[in-house]
Amino acid sequence: MKRHRRHFALGINPARFERSQIKFFLFLIPVTIVTGIPIVFIIFNAFKPMDELLNYPPKFITLRPTLENFRNLIATSDNKAIPMSRYLFNSILVTVVVVVLTLLITVMAAYCMSKKKYRLKNILFGINEAALMFVSAAVAIPRYIIINSLGLVDTMWAHIIPLLAMPVGLYLVKQFIDDLPDVMIEAARIDGASDFSILRKIIIPNIKPALATVSILAFQASWNTMEASNYYINNEAMKSFSFYMSTLTASSGNANALVGQLAGNTVAGLGIQAAATLIMFLPNLVMFIMLQSRVMNSMSHSGMK
Amino acid sequence: MIKSSSRTRKKPNRVKHIVGVLGRHVNKHSVFYLQIPFIALFVLFIVIPVLVAIGLSFTDFNSIQSPNWVGMDNYVNVLTNDRVFTEFAIPNTIIYSVIVGVGGYILSFFLAWSLAQIPKIPRTIMAIILYLPSMTGGIMISTVWQVIFAGDKVGYLNALLLKLDVIHSPITWLSDSRYLMVIMLVVSLWSSMGIGFLSMLAGVLNVDKELYEAARIDGVKNRLQEIVYVTIPAIKPYMMFGAVMSIVNAFQNGSIGVQLSGANPTPGYAGQLLITHAEEHAFVRYEMGYSAALSVLMLIIVWGVSKLSKKLFVEKG
Repeated sequence: MKRHRRHFALGINPARFERSQIKFFLFLIPVTIVTGIPIVFIIFNAFKPMDELLNYPPKFITLRPTLENFRNLIATSDNKAIPMSRYLFNSILVTVVVVVLTLLITVMAAYCMSKKKYRLKNILFGINEAALMFVSAAVAIPRYIIINSLGLVDTMWAHIIPLLAMPVGLYLVKQFIDDLPDVMIEAARIDGASDFSILRKIIIPNIKPALATVSILAFQASWNTMEASNYYINNEAMKSFSFYMSTLTASSGNANALVGQLAGNTVAGLGIQAAATLIMFLPNLVMFIMLQSRVMNSMSHSGMK
Repeated sequence: MIKSSSRTRKKPNRVKHIVGVLGRHVNKHSVFYLQIPFIALFVLFIVIPVLVAIGLSFTDFNSIQSPNWVGMDNYVNVLTNDRVFTEFAIPNTIIYSVIVGVGGYILSFFLAWSLAQIPKIPRTIMAIILYLPSMTGGIMISTVWQVIFAGDKVGYLNALLLKLDVIHSPITWLSDSRYLMVIMLVVSLWSSMGIGFLSMLAGVLNVDKELYEAARIDGVKNRLQEIVYVTIPAIKPYMMFGAVMSIVNAFQNGSIGVQLSGANPTPGYAGQLLITHAEEHAFVRYEMGYSAALSVLMLIIVWGVSKLSKKLFVEKG
């Protein structure tokens, strides 16, 4: 009975390993391995030399890692009008601008909706909460009409502007600011601080976890999307890296194209595709690993009241 | 500080004065200026698109001629004349959203709950791995899985099954209407441990330990009772957030079938969901009005399901 008691109290967030945790590991380890395999697999494939990609039966592990696929990836774009680096540059530029602007407008609005007193406040936040359920993929055509009438078709802004208002970002930041004590802000206001210096000196330094989360969400929204390149931009030189990657898969990695085709071309395509996928994937991974403890911290404010 | 520097020269003084006046004006109306960028963009790219979609859904817009008002015709046709809608899109969407939305949600709760029971370092490593697939877009998801499910004998799954003598000739997994849906479900579940999962993990970790103590005194005997009587009520706000994210995610990633099979419509309509059905009408057939009606129906369904799930939680708690 005594042991049982201790076990209950230590159940959540234990400090060290105990035998009672084995059952959880037995459930978690297989699920984690199954989840991780496709990721490990794409890393292995990206560094496989041609003959290993051709191997039958296919081997999971890369025996002689090489950068051949990355060289081929750069080479395939050489004979096209637009080099790969251009798509990469577009994506990086757009993503940086999206993350910075999203943070800025989200923090401003969230501070206002959290700490200011005015009519409409609860209504506005209620509308935003309803918009958490908004599926942007459903309104691609109306969005095109708007972008077209704003004259943004075939400009870099078409990548950026549609992504900036992020309901889930506002929601998370507002919840986080709600938990900051009002006294802090009142004190600054009595000292004559303007709203912008309150934002700069009090709010932003205290909500870094929420900002980390919004950065990651904005990063994902921008880095991985093809919406703008597919619908709003005709000029090839302005399209994004994710779009370039989708052209690689459509021409060489498509299931139908793979059927019965073992010619060198297809196999090279497989390697190139894996290399491109890795380039797409790595920034996601690095960003999340860097920011994960902050993200977890901000998630403890994410509950819906 | 500002004053001392502006006294020395005349011109900056005037500039500083204008900046000062502007600054006071902005600060006085800060409620407006702080929110206007977000609200303007929100209205422009969320509110107006929804209104335009509703408007278009009552027209026969085909992207070339100017639209004519057709009243409820599109909706009537969707519900009565659209064989693909009633026989494929709707049943597929129900199967897909129940398994990926609800199943993925239950799975992410149990993963989050189990992760909370182990020490921090293994927990963090596993949480990162579980979360990773959800941060990549549909395009990456499909390139990874296309190779595994490739239709020739060098496809990883085919090679494995051939070796184990389960099958005797390679199967074209992604263009076979019998398998496409199952593969979509596997792939979507794989990538569904997203922000809702992280939220629930944070929620479970934050439950006050005294609650468990109190429950034990009240007669809670085992882990299952602990989940039902302590954990779930305590993390209800996180569960609600997770539910909304899970539902939206299931609908937002509805193009996965098209991305995997490389065709819209998907082979034999096996992977056709509401979203891809709407996209087919819009971008393959240019029936924008009809497509808009489908989109509006979808938004209503997502909103209704989210409201319903919220209500369920409120009543249970």
